[in-house]
Amino acid sequence: MFWNMVKGTIYEINGPVVKVRDVKGFSISELVKVGNEKLIGEVIGIDGESTVIQVYEATAGLKPGEPVVGEGMPLSVTLAPGIISGIFDGIERPLDIIAEKTGAFIARGVDVEQLDMEKKWDAHITVKAGDKVTGGTVIAEVQESVLIMHKAMIPPGVEGTVAEAKPDGGYTICEPIITVKTAGGELLEIPMLQKWPIRQGRPYAVRRAIEKLLVTGQRVIDTLFPIAKGGTAAIPGSFGTGKTMTQHQLAKWCDADIIVYIGCGERGNEMTQVLEDFTKLIDPKSGRPLMERTIIIANTSNMPVAAREASIYTGITFAEYYRDMGYDVAIMADSTSRWAEALREISGRLEEMPAEEGFPAYLPSRLAQFYERAGLVDNLNGSKGSVSIIGAVSPQGGDFSEPVTQNTKRFIRCFWSLDRSLAYSRHYPAIGWIASYSEYFDELESWYEQNVGEEFPKCRARFIGLLQEESDLMEIVKLIGSDVLPDSQRLTLEIARVIRVGYLQQNAFHKDDTYVPLEKQYRMMQVILHLYDEAKKLVDLSMPISRLRDTGIFEKLIAIKYDVTNDRLEKLEEYDREIDSICGQLKQEYQS
Amino acid sequence: MALEYIGLKEINGPLVIIEGVQDVALDEMVDVVLDNGEKRLGQVVTVSKDKAVVQMFEGSTGLAEDNVVSHFTGHTMELAVSKEMLGRVFDGVGRPIDGFGEIFPEAKVDVNGSPMNPVARNYPRDFIQTGISAIDGLSTLIRGQKLPIFSGSGMPHDNLAVQIVSQATLAGGSNDDFAIVFAAMGVKHDVANYFKRSFEESGALERVVMFMNLSNDPVVERIITPRCALTAAEFLAFQHNMHVLVILTDMTSYAEALREISSSKGEIPSRKGYPGYLYSDLASLYERAGMIKNAEGSVTQIPILTMPNDDITHPIPDLTGYITEGQIVLERSLHLKGIYPPVSVLPSLSRLMKDGIGEGFTREDHPELSNQLFAAYSKVSDARALASVIGEEELSETDKQYMEFGKTFEQQFVGQKKFENRSIEKTLSMGWELLKLLPKTELDRISKEMMEKYYKE
Repeated sequence: MFWNMVKGTIYEINGPVVKVRDVKGFSISELVKVGNEKLIGEVIGIDGESTVIQVYEATAGLKPGEPVVGEGMPLSVTLAPGIISGIFDGIERPLDIIAEKTGAFIARGVDVEQLDMEKKWDAHITVKAGDKVTGGTVIAEVQESVLIMHKAMIPPGVEGTVAEAKPDGGYTICEPIITVKTAGGELLEIPMLQKWPIRQGRPYAVRRAIEKLLVTGQRVIDTLFPIAKGGTAAIPGSFGTGKTMTQHQLAKWCDADIIVYIGCGERGNEMTQVLEDFTKLIDPKSGRPLMERTIIIANTSNMPVAAREASIYTGITFAEYYRDMGYDVAIMADSTSRWAEALREISGRLEEMPAEEGFPAYLPSRLAQFYERAGLVDNLNGSKGSVSIIGAVSPQGGDFSEPVTQNTKRFIRCFWSLDRSLAYSRHYPAIGWIASYSEYFDELESWYEQNVGEEFPKCRARFIGLLQEESDLMEIVKLIGSDVLPDSQRLTLEIARVIRVGYLQQNAFHKDDTYVPLEKQYRMMQVILHLYDEAKKLVDLSMPISRLRDTGIFEKLIAIKYDVTNDRLEKLEEYDREIDSICGQLKQEYQS
Repeated sequence: MALEYIGLKEINGPLVIIEGVQDVALDEMVDVVLDNGEKRLGQVVTVSKDKAVVQMFEGSTGLAEDNVVSHFTGHTMELAVSKEMLGRVFDGVGRPIDGFGEIFPEAKVDVNGSPMNPVARNYPRDFIQTGISAIDGLSTLIRGQKLPIFSGSGMPHDNLAVQIVSQATLAGGSNDDFAIVFAAMGVKHDVANYFKRSFEESGALERVVMFMNLSNDPVVERIITPRCALTAAEFLAFQHNMHVLVILTDMTSYAEALREISSSKGEIPSRKGYPGYLYSDLASLYERAGMIKNAEGSVTQIPILTMPNDDITHPIPDLTGYITEGQIVLERSLHLKGIYPPVSVLPSLSRLMKDGIGEGFTREDHPELSNQLFAAYSKVSDARALASVIGEEELSETDKQYMEFGKTFEQQFVGQKKFENRSIEKTLSMGWELLKLLPKTELDRISKEMMEKYYKE
């Protein structure tokens, strides 16, 4: 693969963009090493006489005349055991190894392997001589972390018969473990490791329609705006509305097998926090630290901009690789706007003609390419896996009409719009229920009916109706106050308040409220609606709403989320009984 | 012996082009000597085989195609650093201007710094008490945080910054290892003097390093000023284990300088003419706050920026807010009501607060109390909006109570004197007093245990 090494010298340097002149033979997307320090770069343009390269590290100190060497292959990641629990920069360089080598600050031109090439993994070889193998066939199993069984596979495109298989034992990721004889008679030695170009999606057999909910334990998401396994969602919001907080919550609690957390151009301290929290937090399902199912890609805002652009692709390539093993993988990309800005910055350096707000004209097609790599698929080896993408968007000035938000909206199916006024009143998660939407609910309706409860879709529809009605009524209340409304409408306002404060608002720092099982969500809805139905009967008997308010039942329902712990759901029946007894008494009073 | 180059090929604003150069690196520093002996500093911004584009820090006035000799220094912009810098005053590119001569450097450091490895960071958790209720109670400052003040022209952000600096204490911490780095970018002489005088009065001057690029100093230097300041701060924090508070004022002038240079380079502008890399550039400054493992010291940043036309969606505050860990927003209407500090509570936020308050840090009731105060105060604005339509008399009883709460909250809790230093206990108990103005049923953010313990009828 390496016979065709092209060499040239630097002609011009402009920020992260370097030009080489009068050398032919570089190919687009080829990985190159730039300068005496061997900085990593990628060929992004070739015209008549010059080759344009974007460099993934700071270019200060680089001089014209220094060498540029082509590696003869596109920018790729190494896929093998050792990825899980890792923290990498945008081009898969392990940050913990870099810290060991260069200390607290990241130096340039650090030569590190993407994964540990020395470590011996205990591999169980799953094929034997004579077996037919194709791309995707599992050839070895390695316990990568307590939670994750890594399945090394035949790289896509390779096909043949196993000529020789090594016995079970300790192997490094680059040692060949089997030899495959192809139809043409060629013998290929295959190690656990495979390389894959990050900008190219990994192949699969069939793409399926979505069928399962990605359970997040967040009421406003699971109930109102659900995302499916293999689905795509965007979280837009101006600063301080809780994008990152929502992403953290989803990464902690959603029921995917593996989480890829991409910190793309965001704060360093946030990445540190993810690292600390996930090492400490215990996954309730497995009883193991969350880090054992997490991969972190951290390209913070002060790290080189070109690597920021690549980080999104590195992340999704990891996700697809684990999907191929049959896992459900969820990607948190925080934030896709920073990635779009990296595109803009590099486009500006290339003096390309800008489209809207300086963004390049190919922004929508790049966004589409990214989000389309999500999905629920049948893999080449017959297993079933999914990649779900949850992308944060940071619109400039909080204005959702800007190009990144608008173009993202075209390619996602679930939109969690973060509302500044909710965030100001510390209503978290600040997902606005009027502007948000999810196209998945209808497709998942039968899933809810079978797995949660028959009435779930109905309860949800009533919740949405009540919230919508409240929002209409609030227009009037803003003008004339709530005192003049008839009691039936004031009841709607009261119940909507219970839904907003007691249901939609969720406390990420409370031990029970941070994750709420679907069953509790369902029962809570039922209790709230039960109160509404009973109260409505009373209002029809012309009881003033203040009577019911004085009983404190509304406040009691608001506190359910704290008072009923997740393991004592039977306590919710007491609430039903209490509603019946309070309303029963009032009913007698007004009937007579 | 480095080569010298005679003459310039082209002069365009602060940019000059030198031809026929060899062995020149990107970002390398250049000394340009005029024929009258004057020496000016420049930096290579683009370089190709035989041509270098150099950005002149002190402008290009007086330069001609044939009256200069340029000398490439072979290194990028470096700052000589030493613990002796404490108490000294430097210009915008780090040259002493207080008449006490050069410092004896312990090291020379590249002012651009290197990105901190997220793996090596220590997550900030130590509460800094500023003695200002609106900050301590509701948008707490944490050591190692970057918390900007979003202000507007004519508002008392400078007073607030001075008050924070002079009152800031760590719970139980001593002040021996405490230092201030002050960077003035394009500020008026009066403002710079005000800071200097205030540092003197509080007796802090010998612990302050000042970098001054005033409004009539060269614009291009302004790009370097915060970098010098942060380099000095990192050196003091991570080599000398000091806790450094960095004040950067005014970030708006900095961003405008960036725009000026970008347009003279002929770059494609993005929003409002600012360069597309404004976010990355600001991040390269703000991200230099924090704490690292295996080092005692810390860098805490309080950048000050004046929002053009008080517009928080303007690119400068907008991008800043996306990078920093929260913001303290000042509001003109509060200022006009005579409330000091005019902190607009609702849009203000401290992202690191959640992990640095509560039991073991401040007091167990702090998280719920601040949450409740925010929620209640946000209802005040609804009540006020309604009152402006139907009149205060017509409001419901609860809304009237909210109106009263809002007024008292602004005057007593947010408002305080310029030298008033409130302990966190005082701030919290004032918060509980305020909640008594509201009916108990409205307090839905506070748990039963906290109510019983702290709510005194």
